[in-house]
Amino acid sequence: MQTKYEINDLKLYYGDFMALKGLNFSIPEKSITALIGPSGCGKSTFLRTLNRMNDMIAGTRVEGEILLSGDNIYAPSTDVEQLRKRVGMVFQQPNPFPKSIYENVAFGPRLHQKLDRKQLNEVVERSLRGASLWDEVKDDLNKNAMGLSGGQQQRLCIARALAVDPDVLLMDESTSALDPISTLKIEELAQELKEKYTIVMVTHNMHQAARVSDQTVFFLNGEVIEADQTGQLFSNPSDKRTEEYITGRFG
Amino acid sequence: MSAKLANRIATVVIIAVAIFIVAILAGLLGYILVRGLGHVSWDFLTSVPQSIREGGGIGPQLFNSVFLLVLTLLITVPLGVGAGIYMSEYAKANRFTDFIRLVVEVLSSFPSIVVGLFGLLVLVHYFGLGYSLFAGALALTVFNLPLMVRITEQAIRAVPKEQKEASLALGLSRWKTITSIMLPIAMPNILTGTILASGRVFGEAAALLFTAGMSSPRLDFTNWNPFSSNSPLNPFRPAETLAVHIWKINSEGLAPDAAEIAAGASAVLVIVVLLFNFTARFIGGYIHRKFTASK
Repeated sequence: MQTKYEINDLKLYYGDFMALKGLNFSIPEKSITALIGPSGCGKSTFLRTLNRMNDMIAGTRVEGEILLSGDNIYAPSTDVEQLRKRVGMVFQQPNPFPKSIYENVAFGPRLHQKLDRKQLNEVVERSLRGASLWDEVKDDLNKNAMGLSGGQQQRLCIARALAVDPDVLLMDESTSALDPISTLKIEELAQELKEKYTIVMVTHNMHQAARVSDQTVFFLNGEVIEADQTGQLFSNPSDKRTEEYITGRFG
Repeated sequence: MSAKLANRIATVVIIAVAIFIVAILAGLLGYILVRGLGHVSWDFLTSVPQSIREGGGIGPQLFNSVFLLVLTLLITVPLGVGAGIYMSEYAKANRFTDFIRLVVEVLSSFPSIVVGLFGLLVLVHYFGLGYSLFAGALALTVFNLPLMVRITEQAIRAVPKEQKEASLALGLSRWKTITSIMLPIAMPNILTGTILASGRVFGEAAALLFTAGMSSPRLDFTNWNPFSSNSPLNPFRPAETLAVHIWKINSEGLAPDAAEIAAGASAVLVIVVLLFNFTARFIGGYIHRKFTASK
């Protein structure tokens, strides 16, 4: 498998506080990588470096490099908007815009490129199909997205991210606000999406990491303790702290 | 005293205070409306005032008030929304920003008569605008602009962070995110805030006495050329507003029915301001329902 992201000695500071303490690992493409660890371990912070969403927070400073398909995304020449177009993100809380279902999906593509009505319709349909939502909403495309259920809203957010044609999808605990059935749907969806996209997900739920991911990265106190194939990491962890965490000794 | 008894006493006191406030408002409104409404008629609203004879109306004054409000909003809305966006989205949290915020607060709490005299010295005399709608609009800008800045800043800040992040994560620029996501979401709050602030502009008198002036030229309502001196649309003509008119006929009115005219004009003024309030509530509620898809 090809490497999508390569992380070289990545350090991140919030003011004087060092939140990520020199990370080194890589993320293979077209697979699911789960980031696990106790609260405050830096996994979400790390996820948000992958599309530079941390840039918004005043006082953040990054050292080291993250190579996305070989290019350092923290190089001064990086176009952050183009990067975020390539690297989609789905958040913890479903956050559709207060617009119609159609407008939510069409929002990104419309602002990034000139499309006529027909092309736009195609993008919307393809994205909603990609997020397994098309059949449920195809007759209600003009209804307000706020009227959908939480699980549907989250899949709409996935469709919205897919519509700008990314090659990476970041999921920041994207099922933690959902009921078990909706969670299962998103997990199944992730399995389909990894055929085309590289998926990196933060999860609090170790069963979820074990169920859906191909690789798992264990974070603790801003460091990566262990990064390995999911089966290997859960059945035969090489670090004592990993074993203690996955067996529920702490966290 | 037991906690239960204290609670009961506190509840009674608080309810009494609330009733007292509502009673004051109801009494005031009732008094003004009962005294004034009898005098309000279509003729009263559209005819010109008389200085010595009775039977004068408030037509030009009503028009002046509305036109002055429109002029003021034309100046303050673009500036205020722009500054509000800057304060909420671009300004760094430092001393300079705090200083701007302080200046804005102080500006909005300026005594209006002082602003009026300042307008007389600087706008009317120094810049030679004369008593004019334009000078009046600039004086009102002093009160209205800080309000617009604060309204916009708070409305933009109230936009959920999730919405902003969603847009940025799609690769949209900061500016696009503000214009196509944050401003539409903030719009109901900005709109209701603007309408409420308009109420204050509409009722303002002291700042206008020496800027927009206490007289109105003979207006020809068929002449819509804004550069002609007797056109109602000319922004450089003197324009007595409704609130100023009430003050003037109350203090120096010579018409025998001056008291009735003042009462009628007061009723009209109060009704218009109330209309602003109700419109703001209605529009705010309507857009909120539309945005959240709740019934």
